[in-house]
Amino acid sequence: MVLEKSANATMHPQSQASHGVIDISGARFTWPGANGFTLAIEAFSLAKSERLLLIGPSGSGKSTFLSLLTGINVPDAGVISILGTDITRLRSASRDRFRAEHMGIIFQMFNLLPYGSVIDNVVLPLSFAKMRRRRVEQMSTADTEARRLLQCLGLGAEDYEGSSAASLSVGQQQRVACARALIGRPELIIADEPTSSLDRDTQLAFLDLLFAEVQHAGGTLVMVSHDPSLAPRFDRAIKLDEIAWTSRKRGQK
Amino acid sequence: MDQPQTGAEMIVARLATQSLGNRSLSAALTVLAIALSVTLFLGVDKVRTGARQSFANTISGTDLIVGARTGEIQLLLYSIFRIGNATNNITWKSYSDIAASPDVAWSVPLSLGDSHRGFRVLGTTPAFFEHYKYRRHKPLEFSQGAPFQGLYDVVLGSSVAEELGYALGDKVIIAHGTGRISFIEHGDKPFRVSGILKKTGTPVDRTLHVSLAAIEAIHADWTNGMPAPGQTISADQARNLDLTPKAITAALIGLKSKLATFTMQRRINEYRQEPLSAIIPGATLQQLWGLIGTAETALSVVSAMVIATALLGMVTSILTTLNERRREMAILRSVGATPVTILGLLTIEAALLTLLGIALGLLLFYIGLAAFQPVIDRSYGLQLSVDTLDWDQWVTLGAIFVAGVLAGLIPALRAYRLSVADGMTVKT
Repeated sequence: MVLEKSANATMHPQSQASHGVIDISGARFTWPGANGFTLAIEAFSLAKSERLLLIGPSGSGKSTFLSLLTGINVPDAGVISILGTDITRLRSASRDRFRAEHMGIIFQMFNLLPYGSVIDNVVLPLSFAKMRRRRVEQMSTADTEARRLLQCLGLGAEDYEGSSAASLSVGQQQRVACARALIGRPELIIADEPTSSLDRDTQLAFLDLLFAEVQHAGGTLVMVSHDPSLAPRFDRAIKLDEIAWTSRKRGQK
Repeated sequence: MDQPQTGAEMIVARLATQSLGNRSLSAALTVLAIALSVTLFLGVDKVRTGARQSFANTISGTDLIVGARTGEIQLLLYSIFRIGNATNNITWKSYSDIAASPDVAWSVPLSLGDSHRGFRVLGTTPAFFEHYKYRRHKPLEFSQGAPFQGLYDVVLGSSVAEELGYALGDKVIIAHGTGRISFIEHGDKPFRVSGILKKTGTPVDRTLHVSLAAIEAIHADWTNGMPAPGQTISADQARNLDLTPKAITAALIGLKSKLATFTMQRRINEYRQEPLSAIIPGATLQQLWGLIGTAETALSVVSAMVIATALLGMVTSILTTLNERRREMAILRSVGATPVTILGLLTIEAALLTLLGIALGLLLFYIGLAAFQPVIDRSYGLQLSVDTLDWDQWVTLGAIFVAGVLAGLIPALRAYRLSVADGMTVKT
């Protein structure tokens, strides 16, 4: 916690520029195939350190939005700028590398490689992200940093030592996924319904931990959920249909 | 195309092994299937080359083999390789007649039909030790003792002496017939070991050699293949009988000039008094290869197919796990793995399985070879050497590895396409 200020100052040089963490304009994407689902976003931006809740029922295009944001899919038109880089102009491998360096992603469920150890799961992104690895190794080692993050998220060594990731409870697995997303302090944390498999009490406890760690790491958070009741805890909450327009070629799926 | 970072490659290799460990049972079975197919392949190859080598080295320097009218290959097999039995004998008179012809430099009569604890007994003359040659004109050599001289002397092949623990001067009782266990023995006329031959790697090692007269003597009081009741002739009484054989099984002939070989062969084949066959060992051996060649090819094809089956099994087992591993691939994609990394992960898995299979197969092959080599030597007279792999075998193993990696590309490419299509959003 003491490290926070100095670390922030030295570690995010690129976010000092005038633009936000996310700037989308005129992006439009249609899934290939006969039943092509189209998502279009006229304009959307997110400032540094903001915590955004994106609300939408399932089928509203959340997955499509996230796939564009993370560079898994490229829009047919428009600009998606993350940290000042237009990722639509990167080649596919560069987008994968960009994602590895700058984004930490938490899924709804099945976040962990079940056969790997908890520590291996946490340090996994560092194998694909040189800068995040360097950031971790400037202060300590990958292993120590993983343990520190897990400790902050309420997981002691006794909870995971000597057992595989699959043997943890769902709530514990989500916290491990959280540590994996946070390790090496990526600028953008993206969480896709991370709490929907947890009961209400665990949900709120998990959100508190997530917020604390994201803030500590100086990151920006985009969380997607179908649950509007979580909205008060975020800086900003928007419905997906407020920023995006969707259509299907034929009927509803 | 895409260039994965070195760090990523390392973690990919570790993940491939961890993922494999997670599915250790199916992985172990796949490795075992590949290992067994590799063992089979190497085993078949070993037996094939071993058999050829040992057959080709068994006889040398003999121009013609003469026997009763029969198939050429059959005559070669029973007279030289002690495989199978003669259907008919040739009379001593015909043999003497042929042996006396002016073109013949030397001749060695062979009389088979008795055995000692599973080893064949060969009745012959001392000329056998002089004229029988193996492996490019190598003569037989004695490690101890000398050729038989007395009527009841026996010369042992090296394996006979070794396996039965006989030494010079030991008593040996010969049994009637060629079965491993015989109920009728020539117990009244024991033999004495007069010599033991050096190892040759030919059927000679597994043979007991006695004189033709001895064969006559032990059967002197027999009629129709059975001891004649109430009419026994003791060992010493037999010495006084006329022990000229009435018939022999086959004969080895050496000619004064190789040029006479075909003429002599024709003369024997057209021998008026008795239907006889004469064969040229080298030519008949070639016929044998022609016959065996088809079987050899069939065996090779079968073992290649077994390998293909094992690799197909591997592809199947990886493919069936792909669907449940889509989530795993999505996680890897989310932390920045490129689809090429996913492709690499699956290919490494296949490569690892194939490599482990080949290594285990080699191990099983050598263990099997070491374990069964004495048994094979004893039962088939086939000497398989435990030696390092030759170049061809290494090439084959390399080809199996490449085939495994290529086969692994089938599920890998599918995983690649899946991970491109799925991205991070798998609906499970």
